[in-house]
Amino acid sequence: MTNNIVEKSAREINKMFLNKEISAKEIVEAFYKKIKLAEPSISALNSLTEDLAFKQAEVLDKSISKGEKLSPIAGVPVIVKDVMCVKGYPATCSSKILESFIAPYESTATGKLWEAGAICLAKSNMDEFAMGSSTENSAFKKTKNPWNLNTVPGGSSGGSAASVAALEAPISLGTDTGGSVRQPAGFCGVVGLKPTYGRVSRFGLIAFASSLDQVGPFARNVYDTALVLQYISGYDPKDSTSLDIEVPDYTGKLNSDTIKGKKIGLVKELMGDGIDAEVRKSIEKSVQIFKDLGAEIVEVSLPNVKYAVPIYYIVATAEASSNLARYDGVKYGYRTGGAKEILPMYMSTRQEGFGQEVKRRIMLGTYALSSGYYDAYYKKAQQVRKLVTQDFLNSFEKVDLLISPTCPTTAFEFGAKVEDPLSMYLSDIATIPASLAGLPAISLPCGFDSKKLPIGLQIIAPALGEELLLDASYAFEGVCKFENKVPVLV
Amino acid sequence: MSAATQTKYEVVIGLEVHAQLKTKTKIFCSCPVNFGNDPNMNACPVCLGMPGVLPVLNKQVVAYAIKTGLALGCQIAKRCKFDRKQYFYPDLPKNYQISQYDEPICLNGSLDINGKRIAIQRIHMEEDAGKLVHAGSDRLHGSDYSLVDYNRTGTPLIEIVSMPDMRSAEEAREYAQTLRGILRYLDVCDGNLEEGSMRCDVNLSLRPIGSTTFGTRTETKNVNSFKSLVRAVESEIERQSEILDSGGRIVQETRLFDENTGKTFSMRSKEEAHDYRYFPEPDLVPLEISQAWIKEIKETVPELPHEKKTRYQEEYGLSLDDTKVLIDDKNMAEFYEAVVRLGANAKKAANWLIGPITAYLKENKTDIIDCCMTPKQLVDLLKALENGIVNDNTAKAEILEEILVNGTEVEEIINKKGLSQITDESALKTIVKEIIEQNPEQLKQLKEGKEKVRGFFVGQAMKKTNGKASPAIVNKLIDEFLKSS
Repeated sequence: MTNNIVEKSAREINKMFLNKEISAKEIVEAFYKKIKLAEPSISALNSLTEDLAFKQAEVLDKSISKGEKLSPIAGVPVIVKDVMCVKGYPATCSSKILESFIAPYESTATGKLWEAGAICLAKSNMDEFAMGSSTENSAFKKTKNPWNLNTVPGGSSGGSAASVAALEAPISLGTDTGGSVRQPAGFCGVVGLKPTYGRVSRFGLIAFASSLDQVGPFARNVYDTALVLQYISGYDPKDSTSLDIEVPDYTGKLNSDTIKGKKIGLVKELMGDGIDAEVRKSIEKSVQIFKDLGAEIVEVSLPNVKYAVPIYYIVATAEASSNLARYDGVKYGYRTGGAKEILPMYMSTRQEGFGQEVKRRIMLGTYALSSGYYDAYYKKAQQVRKLVTQDFLNSFEKVDLLISPTCPTTAFEFGAKVEDPLSMYLSDIATIPASLAGLPAISLPCGFDSKKLPIGLQIIAPALGEELLLDASYAFEGVCKFENKVPVLV
Repeated sequence: MSAATQTKYEVVIGLEVHAQLKTKTKIFCSCPVNFGNDPNMNACPVCLGMPGVLPVLNKQVVAYAIKTGLALGCQIAKRCKFDRKQYFYPDLPKNYQISQYDEPICLNGSLDINGKRIAIQRIHMEEDAGKLVHAGSDRLHGSDYSLVDYNRTGTPLIEIVSMPDMRSAEEAREYAQTLRGILRYLDVCDGNLEEGSMRCDVNLSLRPIGSTTFGTRTETKNVNSFKSLVRAVESEIERQSEILDSGGRIVQETRLFDENTGKTFSMRSKEEAHDYRYFPEPDLVPLEISQAWIKEIKETVPELPHEKKTRYQEEYGLSLDDTKVLIDDKNMAEFYEAVVRLGANAKKAANWLIGPITAYLKENKTDIIDCCMTPKQLVDLLKALENGIVNDNTAKAEILEEILVNGTEVEEIINKKGLSQITDESALKTIVKEIIEQNPEQLKQLKEGKEKVRGFFVGQAMKKTNGKASPAIVNKLIDEFLKSS
């Protein structure tokens, strides 16, 4: 019975656990066994949280033996992106500068999961400080795409996406700033959701770009995605930007019929030049699936979406340059050796502690905020950001949801874009617009290209439209049956 | 300022005053705001700006900023936001300070000093930084090592920025002192310059008299007392006028005042000035301030020193100087008003508070509210005097301290110590007669009209009665004696 536990969904694992078909300890052991097998191939994880996992399992097993009522996520193992704080464990952001940092507090989102009985297995690899689209910017290791070990898993939440695709856990947490959940979900053939900005507390999420960062789940099916969202959502007095709005019953109300009669807009600007032909074809097939499900499909234009990438690289880098100023060698984390004065200490610490891409973005952001440039860059970018948001508001007057590819291409090979940051930045062209507008968006596996690499379909909903987004995804999944497709690690 | 400078240049001064607010907790976390703890004991992940934490605004800080704004006649913004002011320094754990840049909470107020109106440009809220302790040098640069204490980090501050409306060191001091009085009355700030709970930065420039454009200004920091404020302004006027006199140009820069030399020295030039790269704080949402809240806060603004100053003179008939002494400390003013409300003569009550009571407080370095005396007890004492039960000397020497220290009731002290005046004429007559007979020389002088000598006789009578003789009766008896002899 426990042999194939790692192939089960979160929902099934929970059911087996609640039915006492398997103990929490056995679940944890099975997944660590799987991790030990898979890690040499994919390198998705930075560290294991074994002490915590077995302690949590022990509590769960005691609770169940006492007949206590446990939650629908109890006993479900989770992998957490190394940008989120799990109390007492490293939170490195895959950066040398935080290599030695042990989080002295718990992030709200993970704390809610543990409270509900989920089990923390490991911390996953990522692009340093969540800056990147391939996880190649990690200071520690290269995570491989389980579908093809020569290709990247996407990023920045590459470790979280790859680990779920490779059955190291049924669900994981990532963070999405400009597509860092959706793009790797697309590359790794799993479901990845970025909730509405403010739906999930950012407390304990180590900031990259505060006005864009949002925690989001990875899973291999829509129900499990909804399940995680259910537990991590909600107002947090420790995060002033979290929304004080009641959390709907995401899992209980999942309904594949809602989509009937709904209008879905296909974003014209994200189906043209620069989108790989095979990707486009797969999206067209998905459009047909939605038509068959009873939805009406119309073409929608978001005229300002062409500015989204440049705007993003001003706003996000500006905020990052400020958020990362605290890593200076004074209080915690890496400090250079031998510096005698404060200025050389700062400079060498940051020079040695940060990787190339992080330094590039700090420079870009510092420049954009500098006296004399602020109006031309940061202020202008914020103004155009409002136009992009307005484009979405306009289109949602006509349609209920928007769809597009998640990424212009499928997973690329290692090194393909490292030397060309601009082309790397453009791989987020389809995900960035929803981030700028703070809208919920999901990436669903919708097919494979000729290289047998997964293709991602993105659905975007109006603010706080997670219910409809999940219903549409649930209906799509019912037809596409992607849940059954898992990579075979060679 | 030399006479020559005075006729040549006009001094232009604006003050930026930082006031630490007396909230229970810090501005963005729940750490307590208190001083004198061991280093880094009042610090949590939020005020230390650790990875992944977020600021949460303390509403009390906003209320205090609004209260101050209302007291200074400012417009209160309906909506304002916070911004990040960015620079690297080890006492600033995030390497940015959460402050307010282009949308401060209060705008366009004013403060009157001796009939002159000083405009207040703005008041904004921000967080304080920590403190550095250097070894081997008094600055970060050149020290063997430096230690940092983050206890002060995140202490709420308001910065009150005046317009360049002051024209002398005296006006600057008057403005700062008046402002401190208001902050203390509002009970939002201790206003202690020495301990840094109130800090003044002085912007100063000179211009030829008659000129309407401003000269290049300097900003002087590290002014830790009102005396230093005057000295710093005077020394900066002297320095700038010397440069201008010799045909030089003033460099726009930040300077530090050195209390030991009484001079200012350059800290950093305009070229070295930070580019603070302000931008809106994305971790906090814009602040909406309702009219209802403003109204609620307005009701908590007490009668302010300048309002009391006018009222005391008009209503109680006090002199300006007496008024100033009474209102300098809010507790003293409140005590005084309570005494008057209980029926004491306003003038006499003021004299006692300003005179012997203030002297006692100063000598013992204490405050009127820390003493045991209640307003009622002072009223009792004044009544005992008025009714001739005790005389002035006895009240001061025998009764007052006993009340201040132990809070003993006036009647009890009088009874216990047997302090009632001797008003028995026949008893006093014997004593007066004796004194006069023993001092024929003085008697002669008094008879010749040397009224001063009368005091000698009264004094002798007091001495013989341990100060209990009623001076009025003694005087009457002396008169009778003179007439009859």
